[in-house]
Parts: sequence; C-alpha cells; structure tokens
Amino acid sequence: MTSSDEDVRIGSLRRLLSRPDFTALVGAVLVWTTFAVVAGPPFRSLEATAAILNASAPLGILAVAVALLMIGGEFDLSVGSMIGLAGMTLMILTVELGWSLLAAIAATFAFAGLLGAANGFLVVRTGLPSFIVTLGTLFIFRGLTIAGSRTVAGRTQIGGLDEVAGFERAAAVLGSTPVGPFRVSVLWWLTAAAAGVWILRRTRWGNWIFGAGGSAEAARNLGVPVTRVKVGLFISTALAAALVAVIQAVRFTGADALRGELQEFRAIIAVVIGGTLLTGGYGSVTGAVVGALIFGMVRQGIVIAGVDADWFQVFLGGVLVAAVVLNDYIRRRAVRA
Amino acid sequence: MRGGGGEILLEAVDVGKRFGSVVALRDASMSVEAGTITCLLGDNGAGKSTLVGVLTGVHEPTSGQVRVRGQPVVFSSPREARARGIATVYQDLALLPLLSIWRNFFLGSEPTVGRGPLRRLDIRRCQDVARAAVEEIGVEVRDPDQPVEALSGGERQSLAIARALHFGADVLILDEPTASLGVKQTRTVIEAMERARSEGVGVVLVTHNPRHAHPVGDRFVVLLRGEVVADASADDMSLERLTGLMAGEQDSG
Repeated sequence: MTSSDEDVRIGSLRRLLSRPDFTALVGAVLVWTTFAVVAGPPFRSLEATAAILNASAPLGILAVAVALLMIGGEFDLSVGSMIGLAGMTLMILTVELGWSLLAAIAATFAFAGLLGAANGFLVVRTGLPSFIVTLGTLFIFRGLTIAGSRTVAGRTQIGGLDEVAGFERAAAVLGSTPVGPFRVSVLWWLTAAAAGVWILRRTRWGNWIFGAGGSAEAARNLGVPVTRVKVGLFISTALAAALVAVIQAVRFTGADALRGELQEFRAIIAVVIGGTLLTGGYGSVTGAVVGALIFGMVRQGIVIAGVDADWFQVFLGGVLVAAVVLNDYIRRRAVRA
Repeated sequence: MRGGGGEILLEAVDVGKRFGSVVALRDASMSVEAGTITCLLGDNGAGKSTLVGVLTGVHEPTSGQVRVRGQPVVFSSPREARARGIATVYQDLALLPLLSIWRNFFLGSEPTVGRGPLRRLDIRRCQDVARAAVEEIGVEVRDPDQPVEALSGGERQSLAIARALHFGADVLILDEPTASLGVKQTRTVIEAMERARSEGVGVVLVTHNPRHAHPVGDRFVVLLRGEVVADASADDMSLERLTGLMAGEQDSG
C-alpha cells in the first residue's frame, strides 16, 4: 500500500460511501423531495412533518432494537405479536384486575422481558435459526393474547384505561403532545435511537454485537460472551415492543389483541432499508431510524398527494428492493475502491 | 542457525494419538524454542493437524506429554492453551471481514474509559494501537477504520499474527498460512513471522510446501504417516533432502 493525496481523497469518499446508512440517507432526501414537489406545500407544512414523525415513531422504536438484533445475526418475528400481548397484559392488569397503572406498566415490561429472554435462550440453546423459532413464538404470543383475553375478560378489545389510577401522570410521559403537534412518542424514539447508536458504536457491547453477528464461533473463541449478547438483544426487542404497546394503549386508552400485526416485517423493512445486512455483522442504527422515517414519509405523502392509499404497499415494496440493490452495489464498490 | 539458543517454550514428548482404531500419531516429539521458526512439514494426512491439535488443546494425546516451559500440562481447550501464551492462527483466521481493522483487533478484549453508563470504548487508543501493532509486523495501515475485507490475504494473516502477539502469545502456530497466497502475499506473511521471531517468539509454521518453509525455517520437523521421520536444524537440511523426506524417501543425510 502507498499513501498519497489521491489515496486520502479516495479514502474519505470511500468512508462516506461505505457507511451502511448512506443509501438510506440519500433515499430519505429523495423521497422527501419527490413528495415535496408532487404533493406541494401541504407536505412541507409543520403539521405534515409532525404527522410523519408521529406515524414513524412506534415503528422507529421497534426498528432501533430490531437493527441491533439483526446486526447481532438474529431475527425476531415475534415483536408484532408482542405488541398485542403486552398491550392486552397492561389492560387486563389494570381494568380487569384493578392494578394501578404504574405497577401494571412495570409488570408488563417485566413479562415482555422474560418472554424475550425465552426467545433468546430457545434460539441459542437449540441452535435453530431464529427465523423459525420466533415464527413459532409469533403465533404462540398472538394466540395466547386472543385466547387469554377472551378467557379472562370475555373480549379481545379492552378500553377504559383513562379511568385507571395514575393515568394522568402516565399520559403526560407516554401519550402527550408536549411541543406543538409533535407527540411525546417522537421523543421516546429519539431517545431509543441515541441509546442504540451509543451502544453499537461506542461500547464493548456494540463490538460484541458486531462480533456475534459476523461469526459467533470466532467471537466466542476470542472471549465474547455470545450467549449473553444474543439473549440481551432478544430482551431488548421485546422491551421495545412493550414500550410501543404501552404508548399506544395510553394514547388510545385501550388495547386490541390484534394490535401490532405485520409490525415485525415493517421493522425488518426499515432496518434493511437502513443498510443492515440480513446475514448479520454489519449495519447501523441511524439507518434503521431513517428507514422508519422513509416509511412514515411514504405513508403520509401518499395521502397528502391524493394518491389512493392502496398504492402504499406497492411503493413501499419498491423502496425496499431498490434500497437493498443499491446498498449491496455501493458496499461492493466501496470495498474494491 | 539464525535464531536459536533460546528457552524451550513448548514441546511434545513421545505423543501418540488414536482416533478409534486409527493411529494418527505415533511417539511424535518436537520442541519450539524462543526466537526460532520451527517448520512442521508433512503431506496431507501425515498427522500435522493432529500434532498441532495436541499442542494447542484441541486434542488430548492418547499417550505422551505436552510441556510448557518444561512443565507437563493437560489442555482441555484451545482457550486454556491461549491463556498459557500459545496462540494459533488458523486458515480462517477468526477475522470478521465486514468489521473494521481496529474492531477486529480488539474483539473480545476492548479497552474502555469512563464508568457506569458512560463506560465506552477507547476508540482513539484502539485505532492507534491496532495501527502500530500491524505496522510493526510489516503491513502499512492506511486507515484502521477500513473493513478487513478490503485487506489482501497476506495482510489479513499479518493482522491475525499482530493480534496474537499483542495479546501476549509467546508461541505462535500458523496453520498453512501461505496455502492460498501469491508470491508477494507470502512474502508479507513471512516478514511478519520473521518480526515475531526477532521479538523472541517461538514460531511454528505448519505447511506442506517445502519451498515456503526452507528459506525461513531454523528447524524442520517432518511427519510421515504419523511419525516424525526427521528433526534437523537448517544447517543440516537442504531443500532436496526436505522434499525427499516428505515424499517418503529413505533419509540419507
């Protein structure tokens, strides 16, 4: 290798191009510009911006945790069901069993964390692909939610959370709109994102996540506690799902056993648009955040532009495939440069 | 001899290893001296990997003994061997291609600063130390943030060697490090081995290629069908003799 000015210039360009989230950042600008032109001023308004961020926040919170898990080399298809399960758990504990909201929230998080740990141990101990294991728990959690709530409460939708003790305080933290039209959930999303970036890029745990996803065997040989890392990641996706469930339950003052359906795939889409590889060991939290943002922009943009909302899925699938093709192409070029 | 005269760091004494009824090693002995390159040669199936496995804790010997600095040891895992300063660089290298040079270098042993929730990687130090360690071994690092997949095969070998040395290996076992490399790449790896030797490390080069081994080795151990058929210093070993021994010819000199 020789060093020269040219090398340095190529080096910094390559560094930019080889960021896993580069395509997502460019894509977000492109999607925004497209809608800003097509849909016009209404898309550029403060209200529309807030609507985009508010709509992106739940998915964004999930995507942060799912990104870390996928970089760690695993999938969690049960996060969507976990949203339904955690929401109904909260409602049953409060409305049916008379717990205070604070205690019920704590119990819901503990329950979700426990199930996340079960997912993790099942994957690590059996050595089976997490895609299959969590496909199983996807159905188990959803079925449990529907059957459980019908058994305990006699119905699969429970409302009336606003009459539970402690609701006002919880609503301020989880369901308010503190700044203009922006919901507090956007703040939770940003906090989760900042924590995710910090953990992945700045801590030993982050390096271990990369290692566990890149090659669990090699990482283990070098002394990385791969089991702890992976179980921890499954716990964090379950907790992210529980946070989304609690936020939504407070916002809608109730829950539905079917809430969160397909969220597992939307989270994976956001993460993959963000440049994380399905094979693990490579990716970015910022990319996943931007991926969720693109999701929200497309959803709101289509409505504001007056396009039939039926086209949303077509557009979304197109963005996904384009992003993956581009990510792959740019990454290969950047390495060869 | 170029190096030599150093302490004996690691030895196999009359080691035998059977897998069921298959005898993979029969009374094999070899020793690794500080500051030398010992070449372990043999054709495929001669027992090289079994002997390396016994020395590094992958296999337990059926008979005989492994000694570290004269002390008999029983390794139950490669990790235990590593804790005693015996590092192995395998062909797959245990490097993660998508991860940067410095993240690979420190994976599993990351230095941190700060406390509690603010405890974080000492990234600047990781980058500087990784760069210095790899450059010491003869590979120029343009950018420690580059992914390992941007490095050539020889550079990856050197990175793995630099990492083993940095984390305190005093015996370094390289399993076929030049098998899939071109001439220039091989040169890079050989330079790295020579640097390690000059720092007093006992290097073991495992190979089936006498032409790679002969120019760098201080000592040559030749295995044939599980037995050591020659153990000689460089002065007593011509390339012709080495090649002949590996092919199973009767030793004349």
